Amino acid sequence: MIDTLRLTAEEALGLLERREVSARELWDAYRAAIDERDGELHCFLSLVDEPAGEGVPIALKDVIGTKGIETTAGSKILKGYVPLYDSTVARRCKEAGLVTLGKTNTDEFAMGSSTENSAFGPSRNPWDPTRVPGGSGGGSAAAVAGGLAPWALGSDTGGSIKQPAALCGIVGLRPTYGTVSRYGIVAFASSLDQVGPTTKTVRDCALLYRTIAGRDPSDSTTADVPEVELPEREDLRGVRIGVPKQMVEAEGIESGVKDAFERTIQLARELGAEVGECELPLSVEYGLPCYYLVAPAEASSNLARYDGVRYGLRAPEDAYHAMVMRTRDEGFGDEPKRRIMLGTYALSAGYFEAYYGQAQKVRTVIRREHAEAFERFDVLASPTSPTVAFELGAKTQDPLAMYANDLLTIPSCMAGLPGLNVPCGLSEGLPVGLQLIGPQFAENALFAAGHALERALGFDRVPERLR
Amino acid sequence: MAGLSWEPVIGLEIHVQLKTRTKMFCACEVAYFDTPNSHTCPVCLAHPGALPVANAKAIEYTVKLGLALGCEIAPRALFHRKNYFYPDLPKGYQISQYDVPLCGKGAFTVPEPEGDRVVGITRAHLEEDAAKNVHVGGTGGRIGGAAHTNVDFNRGGTPLVEIVTEPDLRSSDEAKRFLQLLRRTIVELGISDAEMEKGTLRVDANVSVRERGETGYRTRAELKNMNSFNFIARGIDAEIERQIGVWEGGGEVVQQTFDFDAATGKLTPRRAKEEADDYRYFPEPDLVPVEPSAELVERARAELPELPGTRVRRLEPELGFDLAEGLVASGRDRLFARTPGDRRAVANVLMNELAGAGVDPDAVDGDELGKLIEARNRVPRPVFADAIARSGDEGFSADPFLAEEATSDVAELGPLIDEILAANAGQVAAYRSGKEGLLGFFVGQVMKRTDGKADPRVVNELLRAKLSA
Amino acid sequence: MAITREHVLHVAKLAHLDLTEEEVERFREQLSAILEAVSKVSELDLADVPPTSHPLDLVNVWREDEPRPSLSADEVFANAPDREDEFFKVPPTSEVREP
Ligand SMILES: [Mg+2]
Ligand SMILES: [Zn+2]
Repeated sequence: MIDTLRLTAEEALGLLERREVSARELWDAYRAAIDERDGELHCFLSLVDEPAGEGVPIALKDVIGTKGIETTAGSKILKGYVPLYDSTVARRCKEAGLVTLGKTNTDEFAMGSSTENSAFGPSRNPWDPTRVPGGSGGGSAAAVAGGLAPWALGSDTGGSIKQPAALCGIVGLRPTYGTVSRYGIVAFASSLDQVGPTTKTVRDCALLYRTIAGRDPSDSTTADVPEVELPEREDLRGVRIGVPKQMVEAEGIESGVKDAFERTIQLARELGAEVGECELPLSVEYGLPCYYLVAPAEASSNLARYDGVRYGLRAPEDAYHAMVMRTRDEGFGDEPKRRIMLGTYALSAGYFEAYYGQAQKVRTVIRREHAEAFERFDVLASPTSPTVAFELGAKTQDPLAMYANDLLTIPSCMAGLPGLNVPCGLSEGLPVGLQLIGPQFAENALFAAGHALERALGFDRVPERLR
Repeated sequence: MAGLSWEPVIGLEIHVQLKTRTKMFCACEVAYFDTPNSHTCPVCLAHPGALPVANAKAIEYTVKLGLALGCEIAPRALFHRKNYFYPDLPKGYQISQYDVPLCGKGAFTVPEPEGDRVVGITRAHLEEDAAKNVHVGGTGGRIGGAAHTNVDFNRGGTPLVEIVTEPDLRSSDEAKRFLQLLRRTIVELGISDAEMEKGTLRVDANVSVRERGETGYRTRAELKNMNSFNFIARGIDAEIERQIGVWEGGGEVVQQTFDFDAATGKLTPRRAKEEADDYRYFPEPDLVPVEPSAELVERARAELPELPGTRVRRLEPELGFDLAEGLVASGRDRLFARTPGDRRAVANVLMNELAGAGVDPDAVDGDELGKLIEARNRVPRPVFADAIARSGDEGFSADPFLAEEATSDVAELGPLIDEILAANAGQVAAYRSGKEGLLGFFVGQVMKRTDGKADPRVVNELLRAKLSA
Repeated sequence: MAITREHVLHVAKLAHLDLTEEEVERFREQLSAILEAVSKVSELDLADVPPTSHPLDLVNVWREDEPRPSLSADEVFANAPDREDEFFKVPPTSEVREP
């Protein structure tokens, strides 16, 4: 009997290698879990009927293009769209023997922090189905936390891997910008989007990152990546951890979240880490506004290709421009429309310098502040999300409240830095996430620190109600 | 035409399709006369997730062109997105260059009879071409009345260099001369066919007029859709005339775009765009900056051929301006250089007989052609013409043609000429009373009677002697 | 930053979104609030700070000019809403645009 709630991907690989279970048995176990729980959690937008391979299954966020498998990015405008090619990450997973289970739910075009913006209905949190799993990668996070997939890939623009991982009590890595190919990923904001793993353990995360990372000739913005090391050490001796003052003191951080974070920092000290305070004042204060200018601006352009000409939805109209306008009005939900409008405005004549131009300069400031912090510290630590999972519908009427979820995840995204979420405790019976930020290409340092903390924390990642 | 007090001010925008094997940002072959949409991929069809990767050759070609135009090559150039909706623009934006183009300020020297005209180059940047819209049905195929539009993305994404000049040209002749030399330069760089009929070279002209002595510029109009240098010149002249008329009639020229209709010679104002022009340029986040290395720039510079303008000036002393310019602009000066013989004679044959026969100058063996030209007065004319027509053939030799000597035998030609003069007493009288142009008529008569085999020099001498006797 | 109805309509036109009356009003309110919040970036004096358009300092990434196979006609039109022969078919356009 395979317990999909507990089995890690690394363990699953071991079972297959030692031929203790067959690939088919593994596949069937996850399909059974999906049959049992996906009706409630709605993690998947589409499922693959037959396994195309003999390896460990994987779930892919529906912004990840998969040849021959419908890819909608959670949008009505792409309903029925079947890619003609595999994204580089999907191809690398295939080449590594991973078998796609299906495509997971996402906020439309990855725009959101709760997966409620999916055109196909929200996903739910396995810890409490009245609550959101976070977003935009809520489908992937809930699938892994709920035992519907051993691991999954997500994409992160301003927190879409880290924040749902935090809210679902699992591990999530947003890699250094440029380490994982964006080729074949439905674009949201090109200078920010990164694909990364959503997993049960830090070692699983390193394994999956190793599979997908590396320079890709099809993505001009990828770089050579240092060899990925699987973490082994269980202490933190010699590791310098910086705690950005403004991140722990930020408004809106729930006290239960703060407590879990502080306990974790204390544990880090006990494991031998040198912990100190550092400063990221401008990053925290201006990160969110900067993000909500840069990302929508790029999105407004990236989403212009959905015009009803070559694929996707087309509204019947008898003139070209009218057809495009109606197609986009009918095909896009509120959040993409809001961001397209915001981004178009920020780029338009007369406003460019004050908005987009200024935001790009703020980005430089954020990079500099982080670089300064990394002169003294190896990793930075903060809570990932200011809150635990909130109720469905709680923030859907208030875009600004929804945007504030990403307050702590955004600054490092703006700087292109890697960030790892490690579950670090419970508050009100719901998971709290620890965010570890590293310098560019320092994924190995994040894995090492995250792994040691994970061991020491002993967090039980199976949702209480499913144990 | 332009009254004395008006001065035309002309600037040009030239789009040149580069002759790369693949498109600018994807590996589809550039072959757009093929089956529609047969050279497309997820990138040039703008499928979700597809990303551009720049074509190294196109960047190298642009640097070469920039150097030939005397442009500063930017140490760091960026690609930008130019956003607008149109069916032939699959991404909803064109990848182009904006405030930091690959080639910055430059100057291109155009020799003119009275001295050099230095035309300022504002910039030259690299971008991708749009796809092709085919407007189907409707009233007479006019765009406005089309029943629907068909789109072929084969052309979409072809590398395109846009060259923008300063408003430094002062007449349609200057514009035409500039374009001819520019085209020649582009062709010789080997970076484009630069053929207007095929659309691989496309020119828009910005035209305004001002009173002589004025220093500012007045409102300009834009002329588009002109597919030959002659049409461009005619379009510019028509527009100059129109604007002078407007100003002199007390009106005001408004900014407007016209299509030039070659058939009627008329300018048709283009229908106003429905959409506001706000392209929301921003740096293309899917591409990284281009920093041409000193090595790349120097290698490109070393490969530059001697520029056409320089060659015109070099040939001018021995040939005069018109022949020198004609040879260079038509791409015949290299053949000229390798063809021995009397310089003017060679130049004239190249510009007249050889051009008339449509022979590709690059295929001609200069030595053989030289022999032919040297013997052109001895060889019967039809034979000479035949030889010229074949001079571009592989392995062409002048010898068989030279064997056919023209008749220069005075004993044979004398009586024939007497006979012709006797039969044309009226013309003889006219010649003797001063109409010396009639000489050609008599030469023609002799040639006709000898099937063109008479040596024209001998015929001329004999005719002159007998007519003035 | 108060956004007027005209702003919303202008931006919607640029972005090719055919908004309903209800959407125009709702977006006007929401965009005003969001713009007010993001306008915070203008508080900083960054005259001497260079922009970051990209978090990675890569330059000169390009490919050789080598053709690779294009898609088959079946693939090209597999997702097409409409076609005529080997063309993508769209409703008529009413103006001319060129690069
Ligand atoms: Mg252009
Ligand atoms: Zn292509």
